[in-house]
Amino acid sequence: MTAAAPPVTPPVTPRVGLFATCLVDLYRPSVGFAAASLLEQAGCEVFVPRAQVCCGQPAYNAGDRANAAAIARQTINLFEGFDYIVAPSGSCAGMLRRHYPDLLSDDPQYATRAQSVADKTWELIVFLTDVRGWTDIDASWPASVTYHDACSGLRELGVKNQPRQLLEKVEGLELRELEAADVCCGFGGTFCIKYPEVSGAMVDNKVDEIVATGAATVLSGDLGCLMNIAGRLSRRGEAVEARHMAEILAGPAIGPAIGRTADSDGGKA
Amino acid sequence: MTARDDILGRIRTALNRPEGAGPPPAPEYANQSLIPARAQGTPAELTERFIAMATEVDISIDRVAGAGGVGTAIAAWLSAEGLPDRAVVSPHPVMDAYGLDDAPGLTTHRDTTRGDDLVSITPTIAGIAETGSIMVTTGPGTPYTLNFLPETHIAIVHVDHIVGGYEDAWARVRSNGEIGTALPRTVTMITGPSRSSDIEREVTVGVHGPKRLHIVLVGDIEGGADGKKI
Amino acid sequence: MAHQISLDFSKNAARAQADTDLQSALAKLQRDTRLARSIITGRLPEFEDLRDRAVAIKDHTLANLDHYLETFEANVTDAGGHVHWCNDAGGARETILQICRDSDAKIVGKGKSMVSEEIALNDYLIAHGLEVVETDLGEYILQLRGETPSHVVMPAIHLKKEQIAETFRDHHTTLDPDRPLDVPRDMTEEARAKLREKFLAADVGITGANMLIAETGSIVVVTNEGNGDLTQTLPRVHIVIAAIEKVVPRVEDALSILRILARSATGQEITCYTTFATGPKRPDDLDGPEEFHLILLDNGRTKLLEGAFRDVLRCIRCGACQSACPVYGAVGGHAYGGVYGGPIGAVLTPALDGIDKAWPLPEASSFCGNCEAVCPMRIPLPGLMRRWRDIAHNEKLNKAGARRGLALWAWAARRPALYRLGARIALRLLKTFGGRRGYLRRVPLAGGWTTARDLPAPEGGTFIDLWQKENLGKTQGNTTGKTGS
Repeated sequence: MTAAAPPVTPPVTPRVGLFATCLVDLYRPSVGFAAASLLEQAGCEVFVPRAQVCCGQPAYNAGDRANAAAIARQTINLFEGFDYIVAPSGSCAGMLRRHYPDLLSDDPQYATRAQSVADKTWELIVFLTDVRGWTDIDASWPASVTYHDACSGLRELGVKNQPRQLLEKVEGLELRELEAADVCCGFGGTFCIKYPEVSGAMVDNKVDEIVATGAATVLSGDLGCLMNIAGRLSRRGEAVEARHMAEILAGPAIGPAIGRTADSDGGKA
Repeated sequence: MTARDDILGRIRTALNRPEGAGPPPAPEYANQSLIPARAQGTPAELTERFIAMATEVDISIDRVAGAGGVGTAIAAWLSAEGLPDRAVVSPHPVMDAYGLDDAPGLTTHRDTTRGDDLVSITPTIAGIAETGSIMVTTGPGTPYTLNFLPETHIAIVHVDHIVGGYEDAWARVRSNGEIGTALPRTVTMITGPSRSSDIEREVTVGVHGPKRLHIVLVGDIEGGADGKKI
Repeated sequence: MAHQISLDFSKNAARAQADTDLQSALAKLQRDTRLARSIITGRLPEFEDLRDRAVAIKDHTLANLDHYLETFEANVTDAGGHVHWCNDAGGARETILQICRDSDAKIVGKGKSMVSEEIALNDYLIAHGLEVVETDLGEYILQLRGETPSHVVMPAIHLKKEQIAETFRDHHTTLDPDRPLDVPRDMTEEARAKLREKFLAADVGITGANMLIAETGSIVVVTNEGNGDLTQTLPRVHIVIAAIEKVVPRVEDALSILRILARSATGQEITCYTTFATGPKRPDDLDGPEEFHLILLDNGRTKLLEGAFRDVLRCIRCGACQSACPVYGAVGGHAYGGVYGGPIGAVLTPALDGIDKAWPLPEASSFCGNCEAVCPMRIPLPGLMRRWRDIAHNEKLNKAGARRGLALWAWAARRPALYRLGARIALRLLKTFGGRRGYLRRVPLAGGWTTARDLPAPEGGTFIDLWQKENLGKTQGNTTGKTGS
């Protein structure tokens, strides 16, 4: 799966609805700001509809299609007027892009609209590189990082080379690949709460590999995976810190890493 | 109602197909060939590929220029490997050409086997370049057991019977679309000696079938690099 | 060896996670198959096209299944074989027992067959006085130990060689008790000798079939050991047991599927032995079975054909989804309770045994999608697991607590203004718990999360609120104007 071709005549300054995702909204606003900054750097006008909540994935994956569909309709109402809808998450973008049409296929009022929203929804990094053709990263991060391919982005949306392509442009950054970058970290939404021991073993493997690279920071494009990985790193007392891709790419204003505070960090903050 | 009626009835209900709907139109894919590139090439290329692929799967290969030299070559190989010099040979007339019965250092008998033979010598239908496989069939002169029960299976492959892919090998037993009893009872593609990795995923060779698969490749072919024969 | 559905995946999983031998075996399996797959698919540029072809073949066959089964039956019958249609496990077991009795059989040799596991055939035949010997090395080991396969193509992957050596010493009591059984080679040799006697003594051989070819009436059996060949050729009677979805139209179709089968299963180009067998021994043949019987089993397939689950009938039992699944890699096949572990089990077991019995399985997936990515037949396994979750939700099979939590969350998510208020409150609470440290060790109501990891404390403030503060006027959705709060 690779990104589809951009529209024939892309708007000069596209109006982009930023779907921040519920985790970024609650846990890490800085990712939202970083995403908005990147979109603006790539020549977009960014809007953040205030009534946005969640993409509905927790309900959809729990078999609660009625609630998932209700939330999907809500999201469609809110975002369908934009030229593009962009999310700093492969998982949530994948929900809109790959699953809304299925979820609403029997809804005569929404089937077509769901498809239209799906067609213009993108994961942030892919939107920048493949839709905007923009790679003018102006950022510096003179340290070693490793990168975890978040599953939904990788397998539903083909996010693989694009983030690496952008990381290459970050001044001073050294990418050390994981042995198995594309193996699940064990997050899986509610999976990690329903099956904590299994999920724990999976994230432990991931952390082993991260530590083995010797990198100072682990990056990924999905906050769910990152919170899982950061939480395990912390539990194990590892020094490696976790950050969303957008934070590094957006440029100078970089705060403490996930789960670190200016006090607890002592690091790059 | 028999179980047959039940099952077919449920299938037709599930598919919404009436009974006696007849054969479906040929699917689109049926007319589009999808043979891997590695199954294609000149005879010389295919021969080289066959040898390379067969070697990868632990098949040993010996070359003889003509059919008459096969018996001597086998005797020499068995002796060099420290294997018994007595072999059961497929009771098929094609085996007469190989000088098996009068080769010094080789004792043969033509028969099927129940497992007391340690070495077998059989003909093959084809060598398949795609994966280094050989194709063997069951017939009146080619009992199936010779390919499986002895510890050492020696298969004779003619260079001009080396084909590219599985389909090409099948064309040699099924040129007229044979079905049912017009086909040999068994058609087998063998790719290396018997093996298993059931214990700790460690590959061990020689489980139920042969521990060694040795090919005697008969003849050579023009067209190798620098005008050499392959 | 009847399989048992355990309702408690979590409990099974916990046992598996505590087994360090199993854990190292699973880690090796996943590492090895990952590497082998990348090498072997890298060598065949047409691999992805072949997957598409295989999907097209199976979809076409399934859409015309009655036709191809009837064609197959007619050709088997013309070739002198007998076709027995069986609705369910009971019918298949009785039919097979009757064939064995009609031929005065005492010893039955068996090739590896997952469908025979489905119908718990061995137990039944043994209970009716037959000696049944599994001949696949892995299955033979499991039979001696009274266990079931934990992987579709590597059935004894959960065992260490020391355990197998002990099993051989316990059962092969006529051999020198001090013989060396240190390496797999020693045990393979011993099994070869033991099983060779059985091959030669067996009256009936029972095998599965990887494919059935409609146009020729042939069956296809692939093995690496050669046991499938000895099982189907040495005994007087050969019984094939195959489920109805195994049929393909033509020889060429079988060849296309063969090109992806072993590559997906074991990372080999092709297995050592690929045998196409058609009917019983011919009059002039020197060996082969006098009788050829084919059991065509439904056992729930026609139900799957009806609806959303039809895609799973493309499955060719290669086990790629198991080898590639990180959940399988953490717990192994037995934790799934049913005949099939891993993603394919999470989809098939509810179909075979009922979703009420198998419920937790479709939920035990992180939906990482690797199963679908490696499945040679492109079966949308996560999507099918989600279908089961839909059904379980409708039938209220999931845990009450989880349902309540989800309902509360959804209720709020459908009311953006209220959701935002709730978010602010939740954040304040978390901040209180997290204090100035960046992580929370224990969080009320989030025990599942903090079992294995800390909860990173939020940065503070929601993005929407902060953005609004910074960008007044840009927050309006541009269509409905309904922006909440």
